[in-house]
Amino acid sequence: MSRPEAEVAASEGPRKVVEDATCTFCGCVCDDIALVVQGNRIVEAKNACVLGKAWFLGHHAQDRPACLVQGKPAAMEEGLARAAEILVRAKYPLVYGLSDTTCEAQRKAVAIADWIGGTVDTTTSVCHGPSGMGFQAVGEVTATLGEVRHRGDLVIYWGGNPAESHPRHFTRYTLMPKGMFLPRGRKDRTCVVVDVRRTKSAKAADMFIRITPRKDFEALWTLRALAKGVSLDAARVETETGVPLATWQDLMDHMKRARYGVLFFGMGLTMTRGKHLNSEAALALTRDMNAYTRFVCKPVRGHGNVTGADNVVSWSTGYPFGVNLSRGYPRFNPGEYTATDVLARREADAALIIAADPMLNFCQAAREHLASIPYVALDPQETLTTRSAAVAFTTAPYGICAPGTVYRMDDVPITLRPALESPYPSDYEVLCRLEERVRHAPL
Amino acid sequence: MAESFILIAGRTSKQGCGVSEGKFGAEFQAEICRLQVAPEDLARLGLAEGDRVRLTSAAGRVELPVVPAKEGELPPGVLFLAYGQWASRLMGADTHGSGMPTSKGIDVTLEKIA
Repeated sequence: MSRPEAEVAASEGPRKVVEDATCTFCGCVCDDIALVVQGNRIVEAKNACVLGKAWFLGHHAQDRPACLVQGKPAAMEEGLARAAEILVRAKYPLVYGLSDTTCEAQRKAVAIADWIGGTVDTTTSVCHGPSGMGFQAVGEVTATLGEVRHRGDLVIYWGGNPAESHPRHFTRYTLMPKGMFLPRGRKDRTCVVVDVRRTKSAKAADMFIRITPRKDFEALWTLRALAKGVSLDAARVETETGVPLATWQDLMDHMKRARYGVLFFGMGLTMTRGKHLNSEAALALTRDMNAYTRFVCKPVRGHGNVTGADNVVSWSTGYPFGVNLSRGYPRFNPGEYTATDVLARREADAALIIAADPMLNFCQAAREHLASIPYVALDPQETLTTRSAAVAFTTAPYGICAPGTVYRMDDVPITLRPALESPYPSDYEVLCRLEERVRHAPL
Repeated sequence: MAESFILIAGRTSKQGCGVSEGKFGAEFQAEICRLQVAPEDLARLGLAEGDRVRLTSAAGRVELPVVPAKEGELPPGVLFLAYGQWASRLMGADTHGSGMPTSKGIDVTLEKIA
């Protein structure tokens, strides 16, 4: 297929290299990418993984209006006026998304939610929100990925498949690098994968343990018991978890022998029956292990700045997600103020969706209600969510075109180095203008 | 005759790349509707790659083509589907007070579409 003329012309423009660019596709937030830019296109993304290459090389200037009102092109001012009208008039507006935008934009979105007395929730609630509840119940024995790289001699992945979801997790942070205290790199580390599926990640492991679906809690509780030397019924353990007790004992022996153990867990825990109780079990096991050796635990976060969303919403409201501001002060209650619940129960009467696609990812009841209410959507791409929006703004993708700050999955903030100009405003710019309008609306 | 399975939804490399390359693109759309089934289950049910099946959960119903999972990846009785609009149609709205609907480990029934 021949490329459009404009694209060919763009690719023949001046060539430059942007060193240490940051990939914001996933929570690894790799900041060692060298981007080769030709005209207004990225033609090479050195050091990027398969997902990062798709993120950078797949970007192209959208042939879309910057603003659509009821699906028709409109001036920005008209779109902003309509968006503000929708949000200010609503009795129970929802502000949702935020995990694929900058901290600066997130901060503005929380301010808007505050001005309009809305509920602010992020994609965390359908990702590691249950782990956030676990942190509050149990605490988090945490570490940066830099510590893991230099010290982690036992690395356990539970309910996650980083080989496909975070391809550089192994190579940049956890398994392959030679560390200060692990001079031989991979040879000095032991990797264990626990999952229902024998995924690509299992191939990287020294030990793969396949558990029965929906038995993560029971398996983690088995390990907690073994850590404390509690006697267990071998037949019952195997029936419940699908794994012989001897295998769990072997894993516990490895865990106690480790000098620095790390438990990474994925949405296999949070999305499965038990949810926050599964995450709590992982966090409690990690806490328990510190009676024997150093052990830390991290959820493996998906979207590029979902960790930033947790941080920004926390420092703004005191709570990480699912926050209601309708009384003029923040209230936190997952299950009540979280987006799926607010929509599926048909409570929200308007919404502001930023950098998320609930019309693709939410359950049917939530999608049906969202489609029935007026909402505003900001996204660099056309999505099912922007298609049904009353007002849709096309925005510059963060990290590629828009500057700002993001948090890596280990809560380390990283500054973006955008490589391209965009004809579209950033989420931050649109939200600043929207906040001005809702702030001055009569109460 | 419908058989009971447990469905796991998740990320795949192709689905992840498709998010960036365009969610209306052919590759993304194809990836999110391919139901991975253990080869043993395919053989037992007399299904071949590309055959369409009806998946029903307590929350919804979808019709999808099947593909064999990689050897040893899925245990019999477990299905895999990449995140997307088909997987989310099978999710229930109850978050059990957590904000998270059950998105992995969903009880479903599978029946071949004649």
